[in-house]
Amino acid sequence: MRPFTYERAASPAAAARAAAAHQGARFIAGGTNLLDLMKLQIETPAHLIDVNPLGLDQVEETAQGGLRIGALVRNTDLAAHKRVRRDYPVLSRALLAGASAQLRNKATTAGNLLQRTRCPYFYDTSKPCNKRRPGSGCAAIKGFNRNLAILGTSEACIATHPSDMAVAMRLLDAVVETVAPDGSARAIPIANFHRLPGDTPHIETALVPGELITAVTLPRPLGGTQIYRKVRDRASYAFALVSVAAIFGKDGGARFAFGGLAPRPWRIDAADAVARNGPDAVADIALAGATTTPLNGFKTDLTRRTLAALYAEREARK
Amino acid sequence: MTSDKYGGISRRAVLGGSAAACAAPVVASAGAPVRGERSGRPGATLPVTFKVNGKELHLNLDPRTTLLDALREHLRLTGTKKGCDHGQCGACTVIVDGRRINSCLTLAVMHEGDDVTTIEGLGTPERLHPMQRAFVIHDGYQCGYCTPGQICSAVAMLDEIEAGVPSHVTEDLARVSFSDAEVRERMSGNICRCAAYSNIVAAIRDVAGENS
Amino acid sequence: MKFDRPATANPIDRGRVVGIPHDRIDGPAKVTGSAPYAYERHDVAPNAAYGWMVGSAIAKGSIRSIDTRDAEAAAGVLAVITHKNAGPLGKGRMNTAHLLGGPRIEHYDQALAVVVAETLEQARDAARLVRIDYAREDGRFDLKAEKNKAVPPKSDPDTGAGDFATAFPKAAVRIDQTYTTPDHSHAMMEPHATTAAWTGGKLTVWTANQMIAWAVRELALTFRMKAEDIHVMSPYIGGGFGAKLFLRADAVLAALGAHAVGRPVKVALARPQIPNNTTHRPATIQRIRIGASKDGVIDAIGHEVWSGDLPGGGPEVAAQQTRLLYRGVNRMTAHRLATLDLPEGNAMRAPGEAVGLLALEVAMDELAEACGVDPVELRIRNDVQYDPEKGPERPFSSRKFVECLRQGADRFGWSRRKAVPGQVRDGRWLVGMGMASAFRNNLVQTSGARVSVDGQGRVVVETDMTDIGTGSYTVIAQTAAEMLGVPLSDVTVRLGDSHYPESAGSGGQWGANSATAGVYAACAALRGKLAQQAGFNAEDAVFEGRAIRSAGRTIPLKDAAGRRGTSAEDKIEFGDLTERYAQGTFGAHFCEVGVDMFTGETRVRRMGGAFAAGRILNPKSARNQVIGAMAMGVGAALMEELTVDTRFGYFVNHDMAEYHVPVHADIPEQDVLFIEELDDKSSPMKAKGVGELGICGAGAAVANAIYNACGVRIRDYPLTLDKIIGGMAEKRA
Repeated sequence: MRPFTYERAASPAAAARAAAAHQGARFIAGGTNLLDLMKLQIETPAHLIDVNPLGLDQVEETAQGGLRIGALVRNTDLAAHKRVRRDYPVLSRALLAGASAQLRNKATTAGNLLQRTRCPYFYDTSKPCNKRRPGSGCAAIKGFNRNLAILGTSEACIATHPSDMAVAMRLLDAVVETVAPDGSARAIPIANFHRLPGDTPHIETALVPGELITAVTLPRPLGGTQIYRKVRDRASYAFALVSVAAIFGKDGGARFAFGGLAPRPWRIDAADAVARNGPDAVADIALAGATTTPLNGFKTDLTRRTLAALYAEREARK
Repeated sequence: MTSDKYGGISRRAVLGGSAAACAAPVVASAGAPVRGERSGRPGATLPVTFKVNGKELHLNLDPRTTLLDALREHLRLTGTKKGCDHGQCGACTVIVDGRRINSCLTLAVMHEGDDVTTIEGLGTPERLHPMQRAFVIHDGYQCGYCTPGQICSAVAMLDEIEAGVPSHVTEDLARVSFSDAEVRERMSGNICRCAAYSNIVAAIRDVAGENS
Repeated sequence: MKFDRPATANPIDRGRVVGIPHDRIDGPAKVTGSAPYAYERHDVAPNAAYGWMVGSAIAKGSIRSIDTRDAEAAAGVLAVITHKNAGPLGKGRMNTAHLLGGPRIEHYDQALAVVVAETLEQARDAARLVRIDYAREDGRFDLKAEKNKAVPPKSDPDTGAGDFATAFPKAAVRIDQTYTTPDHSHAMMEPHATTAAWTGGKLTVWTANQMIAWAVRELALTFRMKAEDIHVMSPYIGGGFGAKLFLRADAVLAALGAHAVGRPVKVALARPQIPNNTTHRPATIQRIRIGASKDGVIDAIGHEVWSGDLPGGGPEVAAQQTRLLYRGVNRMTAHRLATLDLPEGNAMRAPGEAVGLLALEVAMDELAEACGVDPVELRIRNDVQYDPEKGPERPFSSRKFVECLRQGADRFGWSRRKAVPGQVRDGRWLVGMGMASAFRNNLVQTSGARVSVDGQGRVVVETDMTDIGTGSYTVIAQTAAEMLGVPLSDVTVRLGDSHYPESAGSGGQWGANSATAGVYAACAALRGKLAQQAGFNAEDAVFEGRAIRSAGRTIPLKDAAGRRGTSAEDKIEFGDLTERYAQGTFGAHFCEVGVDMFTGETRVRRMGGAFAAGRILNPKSARNQVIGAMAMGVGAALMEELTVDTRFGYFVNHDMAEYHVPVHADIPEQDVLFIEELDDKSSPMKAKGVGELGICGAGAAVANAIYNACGVRIRDYPLTLDKIIGGMAEKRA
C-alpha cells in the first residue's frame, strides 16, 4: 500500500471537487474492495477521500413509489430493509448471496456497483492485464479463465463483474444518481452505467473522474415472483459461476438478468420478450454471441440449466 | 423487532427524511482531519480516537494502518488474528458499534469515535463470556487461530438474527429465526481449516438456547 | 524406555483420566485470544521491526540484477537483504528449494529478498521498490506432459507379490481406470510466521513449527551454527497440516533481518504468497487395476502413481495403502517421479493415503458395481489380517476394519441405499449415498519428556512436542495425571520449546501416541524415583489420590517429592514391532449427498464414520480431529485445487478467495463412532494416531455418493459442477 493523504469529506459536492483536484484520488466507503486491492498494489491512490461522514445511508420512498437508496447504505441494511424485503425481494436475495456477513456489514451500495473483477491475473501484478496496466496484454484469455466472461468480452479482456447486487439492480432498472466535480447532478440508468471492455477495459463505468455516486433509485415495485439463483463452487462465501435474477409476472412474462457471464450485469430485452417460450428460448437469445474457452464453456449449459431451475421453482411456487 | 444497530431498518429510516439531516455526527479529536480537512504530506501520521473494549484510546497512525494492525501491533491486542488480510477468512472479525466486520479491510483512521469490541473485551480466561465457555465445552476449535474471530462473529450473529436480519438461507424473508442451517450460512465468513464446524454450531446453539 | 515387546497391563489402563473427554486445558487461552502465536510476541520482543518478503515473479531462471536502492531509501526502511548481502547460507536437509533464492530461481514466489522497516506498512510498501531484472528460462510445469519422463524414485521402490501381469488379464472382473488429483494447499489459518532475535552469536526464534528439533537442526545447517546456540519456541501453532513441518522462509528471513538490523524482526508470509512460496501436496495421476472373481474377491491389484517435484524432491506415495488394505495374491505398486519446476511438493495431512484413497476407493466402488456386490460387503470380502505383500508372517497388530464397516454402516442407515444410481429425489436434489474405507499407517517416533512434581504436589511436564490443534496439551496432561494419580488440574504442560526434551513432534499422525508414550516413560521413571524416596518398592506402589500407596502405607505425592521437588526425564524408543507387525488405523466413511438436478451443485447432507485407532486418549479432541479431517476430505472431493498456469509455472489461485476450502455451510452434521480397541504393539499407551485417519477415504465417499445420486462417475478431482453437468449431458446424449 503506497502512502496517501487522507481526508474526510464534508459534502458530496465537496468530495467530488476534491477528487477532481487530486491526481490519483479515490473515494473510500466500505473499503472492502479498495483496501484489498491497495494492499496488492493494484490500486495505488495518492489521496483517499473518506465519504463515510456524508451520511447518504438512508432508504427513502420516492414520489413515484419507488425507493431511493443512499450510496452508503450498507449491504446488510439494504438486504434487511423492510420495503426491500417486501417489494424487491430479488434485491435482498442477491445481496444476501454475496460475500459474508462481515463484508456486507461494511460494503456499501455504491461501492458494490464499483466492485472490480476477481480475475486472478488482474490480482497478480507480475502478470499482464489490460485492465490493471493498459496495453500490457491479457493473461486470462489463454490462461485459467474458468470463471471468466463469455459475453460482452473483447480481445483485450474477459473479466467478469463480480457483484450479485448489481445483477438485481439491473433487473430492476435501477438508476444511479451522481454528483460531478462541477456540482452538477445526473441520473444514469444502470443499463448505461457499466461499460463493456472493448479496447479500454480499465474504464469500467460511465462515471467521469471525480464523479461521486450519491444514491441508487429503484422504480415502483414490479411484484411477481422474484428469484435470485446463484451457482457457485461452495455453498457460501464464493463468487458466482453463474447467477440469474428473475421476476416472473402474473401474466406469464418474465425478465432476467445474469451474473458471472459478462463484464457487466447481463440483460437482453429480446430474451425477456420470449420468456413465455421457456428457459431454452430465453437462453438462446441471452447467450447469443457467447465466446467461450475450453475452461468456461460450461457456463452456457449452466446458464440454461439455471434458467430451467428458475422456471421449475416458479411452477413450484404457484 | 428492529434494532437501531441496523440503520436501514430503524424507525428513522421508515419515517424518511433527508440524508443530510440524518447524517451521523462525526466526532473528531483535536488535530484530526475533521470533515473537509485533510492530512498533510503522504506518510504523515494522523491522530484518531476510538474506544476499544470500553476504553477510549488516542493513537497517531500512519493512515495506511488497518484497524486490525492498529489492534495487533499498536495496541498489542493480539487476540484478533490475521489469517489472510484480504477479507477472505474472517479471523480478524471484531465488533464495531455492534456489528461484526473484517478489521483487515478497514483503515483505523476511518473509525474516529467508534466503539470497538475485540475478543479481549468479551471475556478473560478467568471470566469467560458465555460464547467463549460454550466453545470450550463443545471443543469448537482446534488450533485456536480462527477462534477469536469465530466467537466475535457468533456473538454479533445472534444479535443479527434477533434484529431480524435475513440470510441467504432464510426461507421467508419476513420471518427470521434461529436454526442450524442459519448458523452455518451466517458463519460462513469465518473459515476454520481445522473444520471444527459441527462443534462451533453446537456451541452457538447452546448459547442461543440460553438467550431465548 | 525401550518399547520392543507388546505392552502389558499398566497404570494407563485404569482410564480415570486418559480416555475421558476432558475439555482442552488450553481452551480458555484460545477462546480469549490470550494464547500467543509466533507473530504476537510483544511480550518478549517489544521492539521488533517488520520484515516483508519479496517473492520471485518468475518460476525458473536467474536474477540478472537486483536493485535495492529505492527500497533502502524508502521511509522507515532499516535493511534490505538479498542473496548478495545475506552471507553464505546452507540449506536444510528437508528443504528441496532454497529458502532464500538468488541468483538462481527455483520456483515462483521463492523468497528473493526481505525488506525490514520500522512498521509493517513501510516494509510492505518498500517491497515493491526492490527492482529485479530476471533472466527467465523455460521450465517444466505440466505433470501430464512430463509423465512419460518420470522415473522410479530411489526413496520408494516398486513393490509387489505373486504375478500381477499374468493374473490381471485373466480375472473374471476387471477394473482399469485412471484417476487424477490436483495440487492441494494446506491453507492453515495462521500464515507462516516468525519473530527472531540475536543475542551475541545466539539465535532465538518464536515461530510456527510442528517439529521443534527439526527446526533447530535446519536453522543450524542454514546459518552454519551449533544447534546449542539456537533456541526455538513454538507454544501455539495456528494449524499446520504438514505446511509447518519444515523450516520455511519466514524463519530464515526473520533471522537474517534481525541479524542485519541488530534488533528483533518478525516476518509473516502474506496469504497470497503462501501457496507458491511454501509447500503443497503434489498432484497425482493414478492408474488402478483390480482383477476379481465374479463375487468380488480380489485376485490381482495394481496401483501406479505419477507425481512431480523439483529436482531432488520426492514422490507423492499415493499407492502405499494399496500394499496393505485388501487381499489379493498378485499385486504391484509403483511410483514414478517427474521433474517439475513448480513450487516444492511435500507432505500434507496423510501424504500418500489422502489422495491414494481418493482413487482406490472409487475403483472399489466401480468394482462393487461391476460385481453386483454391495460396497460394504465387497470390502469385508477383501479384508486381510496380515500384510498381503509379505504374507501371514507379518500380521496386523490389530485390525478392526470389518467392525468399522459393519457398525458404521448400521449407524448410518446404509441399508437404505439404492444400488442403482439416480433412484432417490428430494425436490430438485438427486440424493445418493457413498462409502469408502479409511486407512492410515500407524507411525511411531522416538519421543522424550521431563516430568516433575514440586513441593506442593503440582506436576509439570516439559517436552518439545507441539500442539497444532491436535490436543497435545490435554492428552499429555491426561497421561501425566493418570500415571501420577493426580487430577488433571494439578498438571501444567509446557510444549514447543527446544530447551525441553526432544519429542516426536506433530506429523504423520504419530504425535499423540508417541508423545504421550514419551511422557509415560518419563512418568515411569519419576514414579520409580518417588517410590524410592517414599521408601516403597516401585513395583508395588500405587499412585492415586495425590498420594503413593504401598503395603498399607500412604504418602502424599508432595511429601514424596520433597520440598525441592523431584524430576525425571526419559524417552520412548520403539523397537522392531512396527516391522514385525503391520500397524494401521482403520475406518469406514459414509456420506449422503444431494446433487442439484439442474445445476450439478453438490451438497453433503450428512456424514458418518466408524474408526479404530487404538486407545482413544481423549474422545472429545479425537472426534474433533476426525470431523475436521472428514471436512478436509469434502474439500478435496468438491473444491480444492491449486490451478497450474503452465505458461508461467505457478499456482494461479493463490489466495483464500480463489483456493476454496469448505466453509461452515459446506459441512453438515457429522457422526463419529470409535470402535473399542487397544493396540498393545503400538505403544504403552496402546493408542494409535487419529489425526489423519479421518481424511483418508472421506473424499472418495463423497465421490461415490455423487455417483449414486446422479450416475455420473468423475475420476478427475475435484468434482466440480462443470464436470457433473458435463456428465449429465453425456448421459442424456
